[in-house]
Amino acid sequence: MMNSKKRIPPYSRRDFLKTTGSVTIGFCLWDSCSSPLLEDQEISDLPGSLNRHPNINAWIEILEDGRVQVLTGKIELGQGIRIAVAQVAAEELNTDINMVEVTLAETGRTPNEGYTAGSRSIESSAMAIRYAAAAAKEKILELAAEKLSIDKSQLVMQNGKVRAKKSDASWSYSQILEGAQIEDEVQLPLQLKSKSNYSYVGKAIPRKDIEKMARGKQVYVQDLRFPDMVHARVVRPPNYESMLESFDEQGVKSIEGVLEVVRNGDFLAVIAEEEYPAIQAAQFLKEHASWSKPEIFPANESFDEYILNLPAEIQQVKTNGSTEVLKTDKDIISAQFEKPYLMHASIGTSCAVAIYKNDQLHIWSHTQGVYPLKEAIKNMIGLADEQLQITGIPGSGCYGHNGADDVAADAALLAMAFPDKHVRLQWSREEEHAWEPYGSAMIMKLNAKLDGSGKITHWSYDLWSDAHSSRPGGNPENLLPARHLALPFVKTGSGGRGGAYRNSEPYYHIPNMNINAHFFNGPLRVSALRSLGAFANIFAIESFMDELAVSSGKDPLKFRLAHLTDKRAKAVVEKIGELTKEEKLASGEGIGYAFSRYKNVASYFACAVKVYYEENSGRILLKKMWGAIDSGEVINPDGLRNQTEGGMIQAASWTTMEQVTFDKDHITSVDWGTYPILRFDNIPEKEVVVIDHPEEPPMGAGEAAQGPTAAAIANAVYGAAGRRIRKLPIGGSMQ
Amino acid sequence: MTNIMYMKTQITLNVNGKNRDIQVDPKTPLLYVLRDHLQLNGPKYGCGQEICGSCMVLIDDHAVPCCLLRVDSVVGRTITTIEGLADEHGTLHPVQQAFVQEQAAQCGYCLNGMIISAVSLLRQNQIQDEEMVKMLLHRNLCRCGTHTRILKAIRSVADMLETN
Repeated sequence: MMNSKKRIPPYSRRDFLKTTGSVTIGFCLWDSCSSPLLEDQEISDLPGSLNRHPNINAWIEILEDGRVQVLTGKIELGQGIRIAVAQVAAEELNTDINMVEVTLAETGRTPNEGYTAGSRSIESSAMAIRYAAAAAKEKILELAAEKLSIDKSQLVMQNGKVRAKKSDASWSYSQILEGAQIEDEVQLPLQLKSKSNYSYVGKAIPRKDIEKMARGKQVYVQDLRFPDMVHARVVRPPNYESMLESFDEQGVKSIEGVLEVVRNGDFLAVIAEEEYPAIQAAQFLKEHASWSKPEIFPANESFDEYILNLPAEIQQVKTNGSTEVLKTDKDIISAQFEKPYLMHASIGTSCAVAIYKNDQLHIWSHTQGVYPLKEAIKNMIGLADEQLQITGIPGSGCYGHNGADDVAADAALLAMAFPDKHVRLQWSREEEHAWEPYGSAMIMKLNAKLDGSGKITHWSYDLWSDAHSSRPGGNPENLLPARHLALPFVKTGSGGRGGAYRNSEPYYHIPNMNINAHFFNGPLRVSALRSLGAFANIFAIESFMDELAVSSGKDPLKFRLAHLTDKRAKAVVEKIGELTKEEKLASGEGIGYAFSRYKNVASYFACAVKVYYEENSGRILLKKMWGAIDSGEVINPDGLRNQTEGGMIQAASWTTMEQVTFDKDHITSVDWGTYPILRFDNIPEKEVVVIDHPEEPPMGAGEAAQGPTAAAIANAVYGAAGRRIRKLPIGGSMQ
Repeated sequence: MTNIMYMKTQITLNVNGKNRDIQVDPKTPLLYVLRDHLQLNGPKYGCGQEICGSCMVLIDDHAVPCCLLRVDSVVGRTITTIEGLADEHGTLHPVQQAFVQEQAAQCGYCLNGMIISAVSLLRQNQIQDEEMVKMLLHRNLCRCGTHTRILKAIRSVADMLETN
C-alpha cells in the first residue's frame, strides 16, 4: 500500500527548532547530573545502526491508515525487543502504541543490523529507531507547516495527528505525507522528546505477543504452514567426521508418502508429504544406513589435563605493573576453575521453511542474523544476491547461536533438491542436543597477593578456551550441512576468539595485573552461548574474590566495595547488601554474593543466592536469589526484570546441573534425560531490583546475570557446605 | 523392504468441542494430527519423548503429552487444546488471562504446556496446593527461566478463586 513512494526534499539544518536545552550524553555521573530530564534533549551523536542505514524510512514508515510501521533489523528472541522498539517509536511520534506495528529482520526489507546478539539490541536498534522517529516527527511538522501555511510553532503532534494549536483542526501523518515516505537522512542536531514527558518509555508496557502465545495463535517459525507444504527430516551421522558408506535407498522409497531421498556426499535427508511419515522414514534410514565412526572425542582422559595439553595460542589481554612476585612469593593464593561445554538446549527444536521456485530461494528462519545467514547460504549454494530472501520469524528461545542457521541451511539444500514446494524441516530433539554448536569448555587459573590491610596488590589470570563465535558470517563452513556435502566446505579457522576473554579483566582496582588467554581448538563444535566467555570468567573471578575476602577476614561485600571505584558499581553491591541484611541462615544454609559489570561497559549487576545443602544426598537446594541491576535508562522495566530473572534461573541451571557429555565417537547428551536442566522442584524465590537512570544511555542487559549468579551460588555452597566449588556443574562436584 | 506400513483410515476425534474426521494412519501420534491435519498451533514438538511438556493437551480433564500418544487411543475422548480454552466470544480462560497479566513468558514456546497443566490442576481442584502445582509442573520444562512468573500467574488464579 506504500508503493507510491515520493521523494520528499531533504530538510536543511537551519530548519530545525533551536533549543537551548542541551544534554551531554556520555559521561555524567548519575548522582551529580542537574535535572536533564525536564528539557528536550539535543543530541550530538548518532547510534551505530544509523551510520549504516541513515534514512528515516529505513526505520519508520507511515501507513495510510495512520499506523506507524517500525522496521528493526533485530529478531524477537523472547527478550521483548518488539515491544521496546514500539515504545520508543510511539513516544517520539506521539502515537498510540497500539497503532505501532513492528517488522522484524528480513533481507531486502529491514536494515541490516548484523546479529541480534551481545545484548546490543536496545543500544543499537531501539536507539536508531528513537532517533529516526524523532527526525520523522520534525519532518512531518515541517511539511505540515508548509502545506497548511501555519507557522510550525503553532502546530503540535498529539495522538498520531498534527493539530493546530489555535483550532480543532487535525491531520493524520499520512495526510501530511500524502502517502509518501520520508527518505531524508537522520541528521544532527536532533531534538528528542523530553524524558519527563514520556508516556511509554520507562513504563512496563505489556508485550502483545504473550496473548497470542496464550491463545495458541501462529507465533513461531514452527507454526508456519503453506499450501502443499512438504516435510523433511535429515539423517545425521554418528559424529562430525563420519562418512556415509551405504544406505537402503529402495527400502526408504517404499515407505508410503516418501517423495524424495536427498543425498549429497554425507548429507542425507528424506522429504515426505506429511510430517510423521518423514519422521518414520528418517528413523528407518537411521537403522538402515552404514557410516564410518572415527574416534574423535577424548572420552577416557581427564578433561582438564586434555585441554591444558592441547596446543594453544597465547594472547596477552591486559598487563599493568608487574606480577613477577606471584612466581616467587610464598603468600600467594591460587585456584583453578573449570567450566564444561554447555548447550543452548532450546525447548523448541530448530526449524525452517524454504521454497525454491522460479530461480528464487525464500527461507523463513529464526536466525539471529538474516543478512549474514543469507551471505553464507548464497555462498554454499552458489546463488546470486537477488535470488535469495530470508524472512526472520521468532522461534523458541535460542540464547545465542544454536541450530537456527544450520536448519535453515538444511532446508535451503532440500528446497533446491525438491523445487516448487515449501519444504518444512524441524530438527529432532536428538539432533538439537547433539549437533548444535556448544558454549566452549574453559579453564581459569588465578593467583593473587594481598597486602596487610586486605587489599589485592597483584593478580594474574590465565584462561583456556576455544572460540566463542562461529556464526555464519558469510562462511558456509559455519553451516552444519555444508561440511557434509560431496564438495564440502572445510572448516579452516576456529572462529571468533574475542568472546573468550570477555570479562576476564576484573572491574576492581588492582595495581599489578596480568591476564592471558590461551586459545585451543577443542574437539566439540562451538559458538556463541549467552554471555560467551563472561560466564566462566566471572564465575572464576567472583569465586576467587570470595576466597580472598575469607583469607583476609573481610565481609565479602565490603571486600568488593573496597576494590571498586565506580559509583554505580558500588550502588548495586550496596543494594544487595541492603536487600539481604536481615536474612537469617539456618543450619545447612549459606549465602553467597557476586558482582560484575557486563563486558566492563554494559549493565552493572550484583546478586546474592541463599542455598541449603542437603548433606545426605549431596543436593544443593536453591532457596532465594536477589539481584540488583543498573542498565542506565530503562525502556521497559518489566522486560528488563524478566530478562534478569530468566538469566539468573538459566545460569543456576548451567551452574548446578549442566554438562555436555561424550563417548569416544559420539555425543552422549542427546535428550533431557542425558542433559537435564533445572525443573520446578528447585526454583528459588526471587527478588530483582532495577536501579533506573533515565538520564543515562541504556546499556545491554540480557546477559548481565549469567556470570555473577554462578559465582554467588558457588559462594553460597561454600557457606553451606564448607567446600569450594572449583569445577562446574556443582551437582557433579558435590557427589 | 520396510516393515513401516501406512494404512490410512478414517478416525473421528472430538477436539475443542467439535467432531473432526481425519484420514490418518492410526499409529500416528496425536501431536502430528493436531498440528498437521487440524492446523492447530498450541501443542508443540519439544522432545518426542513425553519429558518436556511442550505438546500437552487435555484429554478429558487431564494434562497429557501427545507426542507419542497414538491417535486411535483417544477416539471417544474429549481432547482440548489451548485454542479451545477461551469461550465462544473469545474471552480468555482465567489461567490464560493470568499468564498475560503476569507477562509470564519470554520466548513462550513452553507456554502451551504450562497453561494446559495449570488448567488441569484447576479442573481437579488442586490449584490451591502449591506443592501439587510444583509437582505437576515438574513435567514442564522452561529454558528461558520464566518459572517464578509462571508460578505467580497460577497463584493469582488460586487467589482469585479463594476470594470469590
